[in-house]
Amino acid sequence: MNFTGKDIISIKDFSKTEINHILKYAEKMIPFAKGEKTSTLLKGKILSSLFFEPSTRTRLSFESAMNRLNGRVIGFADPTATSQKKGETLADTIRMADAYSDIIVMRHPSEGAARLAADFADSPILNAGDGAGHHPTQCLLDLFTIFHEKKHIGKQNIVLLGDLKYGRTVHSLAYALSLYGSDLTFVSPKSLKMPREVINECKNLGATPTSTTKIEKALKNADVLYVTRIQKERFPDLEEYNRVVGTYQITPSLLEQVKEKMIIMHPLPRVTEIDPAVDQTNHAVYFKQAFNGVPIRMALLSLVSGVKL
Amino acid sequence: MKPMKIPRIKNGTVIDHITAGNAVKVLRILDIPQKQSSTVSVAINVKSKMGKKDIVKIENREIAHTEVDKIALIAPKATINIIREYEVAEKHKVELPDKLVGIAKCSNPTCISNGGEPVESRFIVLDKEKPRIQCYYCDREPDDIASRII
Repeated sequence: MNFTGKDIISIKDFSKTEINHILKYAEKMIPFAKGEKTSTLLKGKILSSLFFEPSTRTRLSFESAMNRLNGRVIGFADPTATSQKKGETLADTIRMADAYSDIIVMRHPSEGAARLAADFADSPILNAGDGAGHHPTQCLLDLFTIFHEKKHIGKQNIVLLGDLKYGRTVHSLAYALSLYGSDLTFVSPKSLKMPREVINECKNLGATPTSTTKIEKALKNADVLYVTRIQKERFPDLEEYNRVVGTYQITPSLLEQVKEKMIIMHPLPRVTEIDPAVDQTNHAVYFKQAFNGVPIRMALLSLVSGVKL
Repeated sequence: MKPMKIPRIKNGTVIDHITAGNAVKVLRILDIPQKQSSTVSVAINVKSKMGKKDIVKIENREIAHTEVDKIALIAPKATINIIREYEVAEKHKVELPDKLVGIAKCSNPTCISNGGEPVESRFIVLDKEKPRIQCYYCDREPDDIASRII
C-alpha cells in the first residue's frame, strides 16, 4: 500500500483496508511517540504547520510527531502575523509553504480550504480541520483509540453524544464506524440531531443507526461512549446555545449501570459535559485519546513522505 | 394538421422539451433579453405526448456548449435544435457533464470557493436525470440549483 505524496483531506478518501493499514502502522509508532525509542526517520524533512484558526491538541501533536521523527517544523499559529493580513490569497500562501517545505498541515476556517490547497501544492496536504468540514486526522486518532483499547473496531455498540449537528468529528466518525459495521446510537438534544445526510450515508454503508434524546437507556449496552462539547462558536444563535448547553453531563453516578469495560472518549476540549470526577474511573480514555494524536500523526507523516520504519 | 402556435424560425436555436414551467429560468440562464436583440418566442405548458412542456425559440443565435450545460441543470430532458435556413441542421439532447466548472456558485457562504481565491466554482454531478450537484471543495449540495447558476 503506497501513501507517498497522498493528500489527506477527508476520511472518505480512505478505504477500510487503508485505514486498517494506518492504524496498525501507528501502533509501531507508540514507543517513539512516548520518547522510549528515538528515530531519525524524517531527518532533513520540513513540515509547514499553517494554523489559520486556534488549536492546542492538533497543532502540538503534529509538531510533536514531526519532532519525534527528527523532522523540522516551520509555520504559524496566528495568521494575523502573516501576509494574509495584507490580503494574500490562501492559494499564494500555499504556494510559498510548498516551496519551503516537504509536507503541509493546515487548519482553516473555510470549508473546502484543504481541497483547494491540495490543488495548488505538490507537497502532500494534511487537513487539520477546514471550518465545519473535515478533520480526518482526528477521525483516525479516534478510530485508533477504539482499536487500541478494544483490540478491534467492528461489531460493538457505540454511542455518540452531544452536539451531533455542528460537531464535525462525529460526522466523520459515524461514517467511518459504519464502514466497520458498528452499531451506532446517536444521543443529542432535538435541535442538535445528527444531520439527515450523515444518517443516510451511514445507511448506505449498511449501518442502522438509532437516534434518541435519552442517554440512560443508550448507555446500558454501550461499549464506547463518545462525548462531544456543545460548541458555542458554531452556533449562529446564542439563545439556542443557552437552551441546550448542559443538557447532558457524564457523572460517576450515571456510570453505575454501564458495562465494566465501556470506554469514554472525547475529542477535547471539554467544558462541563464530563464531570472531572469521571477522570479517575477506568472508563475515561480521553487523555490517552489525545496522546494517540501523536502516533497516528507520526504514522501519517511517515507514510505520505514515503519513508517507513 | 395542428396549427403552429409559434412560427418557424429561419436561423437560430429551438430548445424543446423543457420541463413545464422552466422556460423563464432557461431565458435567465441564456441572459435573455440582455444578450439578445432578435426575436425570442416562448411557449409555456404546451401539450405533448409526454405531458406538458415548454419551448423556447431564439432567432439568429446558436447557443454555445457552456450554455447547454447550464440548461441541463434545470431542464435535463431538453433538446437543442440548431436551425439554418428553416432546416434542423443539428439536434442533440442536453446532457450534464460529470463536472461543472464556473457554472454555478456554491450555496455555502463559508466555502473557500466563495472566499476570493483564484479559482472557479467546481461541482461534481451526482445525478444527471434529476440534477443533483455537489461542491468539489466543501461537499455542499445546493437545494435550489437554478438560483445558484452564475
